[in-house]
Amino acid sequence: MKIPGLDVEFSALQAPVPLWHARVTAQEWCLAASAVRERGGRLLALWAGHATEVIANGVATTRASAVFVSYVLLEGVFWLALPLDYANGAALYPDLSGLFPVAARMQRAAADLSGIQAQGARDQRPWLNHGAWAQDHPPLLQNPLALPTPVPGALVDYPFVRVEGDGVHEIAVGPVHAGIIEPGHFRFSVVGEKILRLEQHLGYTHKGIEQRMTQMAPLDAHRLAGRVSGDSTVAYAWAYCMALESATQTTIPPRAAWLRALLLERERVANHLGDLGALGNDAAFAFALAQFSRLREEWLRNAKAAFGHRLMMDCIAPGGVAVDLDRGQVEPMLRLCDALQVEVKRLFDIFEAHAGLQDRLLTTGRVTPALAAQLGLTGLAGRASSQAWDLRCDHPFVPYTDLRVAMAIHKNGDVAARVAVRFEEVFESLRLMRRMLQELPDGPLRSDVVLGADPARGAGWVEGWRGEIFVALELASAEQGHRILRCHLHDPSWQNWPVLEHAVMGNIVADFPLINKSFNLSYSGQDL
Amino acid sequence: MIWKTIWLIGSGGIRTEDPPDIGAQAEAEVFRIQKELLDILGQALTIREVDAGSCNGCELEINALGNPYYNLEGLGIRFVASPRHADLLLVTGPVSRNMETALKRTFEATPEPKLVVAVGDCACDGGMFGESYATRGRVANVIPVDVVVNGCPPEPVDILRGILTAVRRRIQIGKAVP
Repeated sequence: MKIPGLDVEFSALQAPVPLWHARVTAQEWCLAASAVRERGGRLLALWAGHATEVIANGVATTRASAVFVSYVLLEGVFWLALPLDYANGAALYPDLSGLFPVAARMQRAAADLSGIQAQGARDQRPWLNHGAWAQDHPPLLQNPLALPTPVPGALVDYPFVRVEGDGVHEIAVGPVHAGIIEPGHFRFSVVGEKILRLEQHLGYTHKGIEQRMTQMAPLDAHRLAGRVSGDSTVAYAWAYCMALESATQTTIPPRAAWLRALLLERERVANHLGDLGALGNDAAFAFALAQFSRLREEWLRNAKAAFGHRLMMDCIAPGGVAVDLDRGQVEPMLRLCDALQVEVKRLFDIFEAHAGLQDRLLTTGRVTPALAAQLGLTGLAGRASSQAWDLRCDHPFVPYTDLRVAMAIHKNGDVAARVAVRFEEVFESLRLMRRMLQELPDGPLRSDVVLGADPARGAGWVEGWRGEIFVALELASAEQGHRILRCHLHDPSWQNWPVLEHAVMGNIVADFPLINKSFNLSYSGQDL
Repeated sequence: MIWKTIWLIGSGGIRTEDPPDIGAQAEAEVFRIQKELLDILGQALTIREVDAGSCNGCELEINALGNPYYNLEGLGIRFVASPRHADLLLVTGPVSRNMETALKRTFEATPEPKLVVAVGDCACDGGMFGESYATRGRVANVIPVDVVVNGCPPEPVDILRGILTAVRRRIQIGKAVP
């Protein structure tokens, strides 16, 4: 397989979704970026490879072996590896943020964690490192079997971009927010009520997940993956397991694949119910919060009854699933789906007919399709701005092959469009769940996952409720104890956080919570 | 439209007193805890929630306390926007080094007498993340903790129980030292 316009042959990774891998030179790295941009492709993730020992200027040091980037094209995901050359001592690679603005923060994070620099990048401020560790001791270059005692530094002030002019003032919000949400800092530059500029400073929940990954056994690490972002635990666990199964050439049994999809759709519905209620509440329509939070609670209790956990954590395991659906649970779950369909439809009618509510939602926090395409807006927020990508439709795998998912797509890109996408996805997921419950095949729940003798790589790609979750895994050989050399976990929030900065421009400060909630991005997922 | 809304409110009924599909035992438990809270407090309790580095799982369940089934506000317990208005801090997550200062400052800003409840396995003992270059581990490593609530994440009723335990303990200490 080749990227049109680039003479590099990619080899396929075994996975239910099309994934391709190739090593490239620095020149091909740049050519690939232009070719993908020209073809309307997207940058999915950028990260540094596993640590390796190199001899630079006669001294042995630990460095990142390569820099990776993955792109999404119609044909699937292309994972490019650019081995880093340390001949001159510095770990430099060509900057991609000029062509793909979304790469900027990922490049800054790779510099913080693995000490590699994008040559010529305009913004080189630290991103995840707030001063807690020394710049020249990147955590992913430490030996995971003998970690040094941390020597924490003092937190440093972040150099925000200042907006100056008559009547401009700043509002600083966070990291501890007013509501029950995750921590992050927002710096607004405003005139009167109007937002001129928003700058985000994230990384507050950085808890060293990727270093912790290198200390875990491959067959246990799905539990950590399931805790990258609590609201997407199913999607992360699935993406990690898919990567592991891809690296070990494992095929999971049909019943396991169907159950995984059932869990994923349940997670989508649970989050959409929570968001729809909160969105109504942020527009001062408390009735919506009361109704949707009641529906969500009933939904979570049903998950507990069927799978033993309200958020369905640890239900997906390497090789298949760790839970089964009891025959006795099928009927109540079907009935709940029917009941929810009726109730959500009623609330949808009320949302649609409520002039006061629509007045708050329409044209608020707009992201035009052109801007969305330029900045790489993805997932449900992308689909509200005409970015017609949904992995379940683009590259359907079992069981989505049989179910024919209908994509929810809108073009206005405002809060109302993001609300509409959520409603439509709830109805579609309920339809999918009903079919899954009726057609669930019998059979075993897990296949054995056998770790190979040689080093291996694999990737997982799953359409979570927020957008696509991507996991790239590098495993060591049997000789090296089958360790996880590197596991990169990518959240769609990386793509969408910077777009939020644009979405709020020209809106009033009081609408920020509403706009922010309409994206509902993960802090923990991008802070890692 | 407004009639539809009112009809839906009416047809929904009061879930707090009559929650379906919860099971008699769990229902009794919720009711008992709610009653006890009212007896002990007899007034409002205000809570400031601080996510000190969690995965957001605990926040989802803390948010659930506000739904009609648990009806936290109906008990006179309220989440407030500022630690200066709070009686109790509900802290989640392994404390990330990037949040350590913010957590300490939030604690200092909370007026005495104050209570701290650590929610979730990470807040209790560091959980899967432990202590590292990026985290300080459990909440007690950074600020004094009165009560811990285990679980990943703990269910809303367990969090409610934790809040109650902290308040009850404080009242008992208050009685012992007049």
